Amino acid sequence: MSLQAMTYLVVGLTFALYLGIAFWTRAGSTKEFYVAGGGVHPVLNGMATGADWMSAASFISMAGMIGYMGYGGALFLMGWTGGYVLLAMLLAPYLRKFGKFTVPDFFKARYYSNSATVVAVVCLLVASTTYIIGQMTGVGVAFSRFLGVSSEMGVIIGMAIVFVYAVFGGMKGITYTQVAQYVVLILAYTIPAIFISLQLTGNPIPQLGLGGQYTGSDMALLAKLDHIVTDLGFGKYTTSVPGDKLNMFVYTVSLMIGTAGLPHVIIRFFTVPKVKDARSSAGWALVFIAILYTTAPSVAAMARLNLHATINTAVQSGGDVFAPDASIQYDARPDWMKRWEVTGLLKFEDKNGDGRIQYYNDTSKNAEFLAKADAAGWKGSELTVNNDIMVLANPEIANLPNWVIALVAAGGLAAALSTAAGLLLAISSAISHDLLKNMMMKDLSEKGELMAGRIAMACAIVVAGFLGMYPPDFAAGTVAIAFGLAASSIFPALMMGIFSKTMNRQGAVAGMIAGLVFTMFYVFAHTGIFYIHGTEYWQIFGKKDFFFGISPNAIGAIGAVVNFAVAFAVKNMTTPVPSDIAAMVENVRIPKGAGGAIDH
Amino acid sequence: MEQSQELYWKKVLGLIRNVLIVWFLCSYGAGIMFAGALDNIKLGGYPLGFWFAQQGSIYIFVALIFIYAKMMGKIDKDFDVAED
Repeated sequence: MSLQAMTYLVVGLTFALYLGIAFWTRAGSTKEFYVAGGGVHPVLNGMATGADWMSAASFISMAGMIGYMGYGGALFLMGWTGGYVLLAMLLAPYLRKFGKFTVPDFFKARYYSNSATVVAVVCLLVASTTYIIGQMTGVGVAFSRFLGVSSEMGVIIGMAIVFVYAVFGGMKGITYTQVAQYVVLILAYTIPAIFISLQLTGNPIPQLGLGGQYTGSDMALLAKLDHIVTDLGFGKYTTSVPGDKLNMFVYTVSLMIGTAGLPHVIIRFFTVPKVKDARSSAGWALVFIAILYTTAPSVAAMARLNLHATINTAVQSGGDVFAPDASIQYDARPDWMKRWEVTGLLKFEDKNGDGRIQYYNDTSKNAEFLAKADAAGWKGSELTVNNDIMVLANPEIANLPNWVIALVAAGGLAAALSTAAGLLLAISSAISHDLLKNMMMKDLSEKGELMAGRIAMACAIVVAGFLGMYPPDFAAGTVAIAFGLAASSIFPALMMGIFSKTMNRQGAVAGMIAGLVFTMFYVFAHTGIFYIHGTEYWQIFGKKDFFFGISPNAIGAIGAVVNFAVAFAVKNMTTPVPSDIAAMVENVRIPKGAGGAIDH
Repeated sequence: MEQSQELYWKKVLGLIRNVLIVWFLCSYGAGIMFAGALDNIKLGGYPLGFWFAQQGSIYIFVALIFIYAKMMGKIDKDFDVAED
């Protein structure tokens, strides 16, 4: 069967599965969406959280970023997993005990005001919408390759599918659909990794293969990779960091506390039966996430190695990478490169006119290397590879069977769609439930609330789709900004709500506004106002990344510090917290007396 | 009752602090700040600092959550505040 037909078949089968489950769980449940009771088993909840959580950024983009960044890519790995420790200890059990449906609900009660809720909703909308942009970029990449269209067209098709998927169906069955999506995406991720690990190291377990020997040589795989990339003028794979270590440190903090502050993840812990389960459920979620996250570094390193070996034959043999016949002839390039060229995510430009592809680091600072490249007649790197294609192209680069390639396409779509659905749910419930029903139009009927939610979802898809065509960064980069926004606004306010009995309304509101404004101001300065190209204003700072070299993606951690500082300063200047709220905080701290779970 | 609740909260905060210390040392410590020095030690084909950053800290995070959940369960029982 041809690759195209196989891809249609596998993707079609998985979509049929999701729709079937959505229909089945919908038909089996007569309970309404917001009704309490039932409860989801912690292990299943962990799987659903895994799918909800692992987005296009994790599946499609992350390994490409790590492959490109090397050691420093660990900031994604640690940042997107370490937050679960914070979530399990600092937030999940207490929010579960509190027992409401949405995160703004908590703000409303704990900070006894509508203003706190409105600010929380705004923070939630900004963070979630930014996050969906990253998903749409990923969906665009997957569809453009799968249908052979441009990535803009891919985004439009993706928008249409997410629209049907999230707006018309799947509201109630979303948890079980996500369990199925988890299974698809984890198989799609690990199967090619196992094949490739076997090819390169003889070890079927990718986590061990990465630390294993490179087949046909006496070198460790990582040592071999270090050797190759330094030969081609790149930084050493096992030590290179983006920016400096301070930036890596701050970036990791930002992703961790952002993870703990993202509403669509937090609401997952409202669904388990007991406070006790909220603690262990975070552990189960992390187990399922860790399967992908510990495989990703192997995928990253092996994809990088395979890419260089494809373009430069001397990499494999250990010969002279500068030899004229070592670089691959453009006309003899493998089929996968032709397929990706159609999408515009892989580009070749013959700068020295020799009909061969030279791929190296032409911005290297190493004079000796540059002299060698110059002597070889290289006139600049001729291949541009978008990081986002690495995972999807990986099985093709390694010549794996067609069904594996098709499975990866299905996995990427499962990852993007499950997260987009979860986010859209968070956005629509914030608008219809928290904003309209609870504040502005208290007599809104249930039907009206549902309609408002759907309209909000549709608008969010259009905005995200439009921005997804002109993303500020790679999918993983955009998502990192969303985490920074959650980290600087929602996480500190939630934490202070539980751990400080004296934090009052004024302090929390001022802190959230300060954190969010600070972070957005810094991010927009570098990526454009609302991420629109050409509106960057970093020049007013004098130079880019002026704040101790901290990149806009990492600034959320500093925003969180601003939030905490402003909140405590304002608290000390305003009226103390009412005694009944202080008593409520005491009550939230002990598990006894938690009500039934929220069903969704 | 008032006093035992205060003691309960103190125990909880103590546990959280201890878990956070391990959490910090294995990720920010071994994975970032001291990664360079640890890289001189090899774990199979892995430089140790690189291993902590890209593998080890994730395994430790998983273990930490389950250890925390178990110990919290015990504290809840000791102070009789567990759910029925």
